Amino acid sequence: MSEAKTALPGALFDGIAVIEEAGLQGMITLRGDLGDKALASALHDVTGCALPGPREVALAGEKGAAWMSPDELLVMVPHGETAAAVATLDARLGERHALAADVSDARVVFDIRGAYAREVLGKLMPVDFSADAFGPGQIRRSRMAQVPAAVWMTGEDAFRVVCFRSVAQYVFDLLKTAASEGGEVGLYA
Amino acid sequence: MLILECPCCGVKGEETEFHGGGEAHIRRFGPGSSDEAFHDYLFAKENPRGVHFERWRHVNGCGKWFHVARCTQTLEVFGSYSAQTTEPPQDIKDAITAKRPGWRWREFA
Ligand SMILES: [Zn+2]
Repeated sequence: MSEAKTALPGALFDGIAVIEEAGLQGMITLRGDLGDKALASALHDVTGCALPGPREVALAGEKGAAWMSPDELLVMVPHGETAAAVATLDARLGERHALAADVSDARVVFDIRGAYAREVLGKLMPVDFSADAFGPGQIRRSRMAQVPAAVWMTGEDAFRVVCFRSVAQYVFDLLKTAASEGGEVGLYA
Repeated sequence: MLILECPCCGVKGEETEFHGGGEAHIRRFGPGSSDEAFHDYLFAKENPRGVHFERWRHVNGCGKWFHVARCTQTLEVFGSYSAQTTEPPQDIKDAITAKRPGWRWREFA
């Protein structure tokens, strides 16, 4: 077994917000009928989380589940537990028309923290990141400059961004630029 | 700016989060049809100033396809609705009629 490595190990930038690569995260795409109780129960087995509603994310420590589309969830588990979680989901879903696929190595995760975190994201995505419009428990899939990205909150002034691994450097550079010293706009202040 | 609401995931987003998929409700003509019908299916698209029906995909969001009824002149959106239909639902037609009485688009009015 080869050693798993993230796209940009240790990447860190400290500007008007802190940008940090979050490290290894087990991620499973789970597609199927989200109205099926067996799917919700399998999800609970694997993550301890209840099925998130539309545009919601449920988090429990290193585990969680995000609503990606009407028939898709992003299931999060510790990286080392991914294969076991996929096996559990496969077994629990049996012959149902459903799919559980390990996509951990296809993604990169960044954490954005600080008083200007909302603003850093607001510069890059066509999304209203004011506290009234976006808060904990929500997930927003959209575009970050030229690539798709998903974002949710992990705490006060703390956001997590997931995007494709192939654009990891691009996204880190975008975030660094948006978080450069002197780049405060004050829109969400 | 064109603001669209995806009926699949409920997100209201700005145009660049989506991808246009061309004219909606196209009736397909293939093998066995006349050359003229096949030509029109391929090339004869509506290009109105005003009420228009289009397909869009929430490409940077939930990934789903849907339909949009909008005005090409003002970017006003009358409504978005499921991709799984061959004609605009009545509530969409009513919403257009309220704003643009007497509108016509292909065989719909
Ligand atoms: Zn959508």
